[in-house]
Amino acid sequence: MQAEIEKQYELNKNLAQMLKGGVIMDVSTPEQARIAEQAGAVAVMALERIPADIRAAGGVSRMSDPKMIRSIQQVVSIPVMAKVRIGHFVEAQILEAIEIDYIDESEVLSPADDKYHIDKSKFKVPFVCGAKNIGEALRRIAEGASMIRTKGEPGTGDVIQAVRHIRAMTSEIRRVQSMKEDELYYAAKELQVPYELLRSVHENGKLPVVNFAAGGVATPADAALMMQLGAEGVFVGSGIFKSGNPAKRAQAIIKAVTNFSDPHVLAEISEDLGEAMVGINESEIQLLMAERGI
Amino acid sequence: MKIGVLALQGGFIEHIGALHALQVDSFEIRKREDLQTAMDGLILPGGESTVIGKLLKELDLFHALNEQIQNGLPVFGTCAGMILLAKKIRGTDTAYFGAIDMEVKRNAYGRQLGSFFTEAAFKGIGVIPMTFIRAPYIEWAAPEVEILSEVNKRIVAVRQNNLLATAYHPELTADNRVHRYFIEQIVEKRGKP
Repeated sequence: MQAEIEKQYELNKNLAQMLKGGVIMDVSTPEQARIAEQAGAVAVMALERIPADIRAAGGVSRMSDPKMIRSIQQVVSIPVMAKVRIGHFVEAQILEAIEIDYIDESEVLSPADDKYHIDKSKFKVPFVCGAKNIGEALRRIAEGASMIRTKGEPGTGDVIQAVRHIRAMTSEIRRVQSMKEDELYYAAKELQVPYELLRSVHENGKLPVVNFAAGGVATPADAALMMQLGAEGVFVGSGIFKSGNPAKRAQAIIKAVTNFSDPHVLAEISEDLGEAMVGINESEIQLLMAERGI
Repeated sequence: MKIGVLALQGGFIEHIGALHALQVDSFEIRKREDLQTAMDGLILPGGESTVIGKLLKELDLFHALNEQIQNGLPVFGTCAGMILLAKKIRGTDTAYFGAIDMEVKRNAYGRQLGSFFTEAAFKGIGVIPMTFIRAPYIEWAAPEVEILSEVNKRIVAVRQNNLLATAYHPELTADNRVHRYFIEQIVEKRGKP
């Protein structure tokens, strides 16, 4: 049994490896899913309301209608992901029943549990979770997450928080890497993470799972910035379908992730994209989603 | 010897790691200028075939690579890379390089819950670990295509002349015998009797 679980976990980490260098897009209709796939999205995140609208509408936001998710599964061949509330393991059971490819236990929705995250090791389907530092990332991995993304601040079109989170993560990884072996025990205690996971970071200089950037990415330059800062791929939520020309912007962001270190390519694809999402500055918002689920 | 690894999206780092373990030099191909480096072989990694196929065309790499493949460049494609090499993809009229005379089925084992790990024989090598991630399989292959592995009566690895394709991911395991096969049996023997 234990061997089966470990084998499945390995396969789930492997799927995330195949998503690397790609862009995962939020979509709320089969139509949008098709646009995303045709533009070259590596996966889609099916949700009824994109974060910008969740933020505008307020109230409690929950897992999407399984029927809506299925309608998206039917029209695309790329993986389909969907979100559950933090700690809401029954929403996760429902998504597993409809054979979702990846579950995002997400701070974008209203948390269902202010203490416990889902015990993700009990599931066969893979989970991605948000993190804003190495402690959160390793705690989620200990619970069974097979992929991590920065939290960023969803639905704002402001990249500052995603930058802060990826910088925090990569600088903490470098710090752990340079520690003496006996310092790792104390660091594990301080960070409140399992020693074995911290040791893996110390030895490999990276998280034991794939790490994407998410939250506030709105332009090809934003996406390339996250890649140059060390992300292995990018989630784009509101940035695409809240912009003037979603298909064109989607394609440009995808190319930016592939050629993230080539300013000439970036200059070319940044031209003439129409209007970016308007966005809200971090200082103007009431609700900090990134503070949910630590 | 130098192997080009298509690095548009997906698991290309893992292939570079496997080549490195075999002390084989490699370089990443992300844009047209990268093709100025001459290569003795090409690896098409796993990832999403729709994404890689689209970027190949949009970044103006497709024709140049296709010409080299038609001229006998050794190519090793895994998973999405295998789809790019197939003459026919079930359920669509789209094909990419179309260089191996076979038909493949995308996501043939279903969604992520259908992904699996197994061990099975690879002709001439022996039993090897095989990781299938939302994998395709080969529906049929022409007689001139050599079948190298079968799992549950489905063809999952083939070779046609200088082209090698696997539905699974040898690059995700520590076992690099399939990469060695590609280098020793195909790349090094190219043009030799």
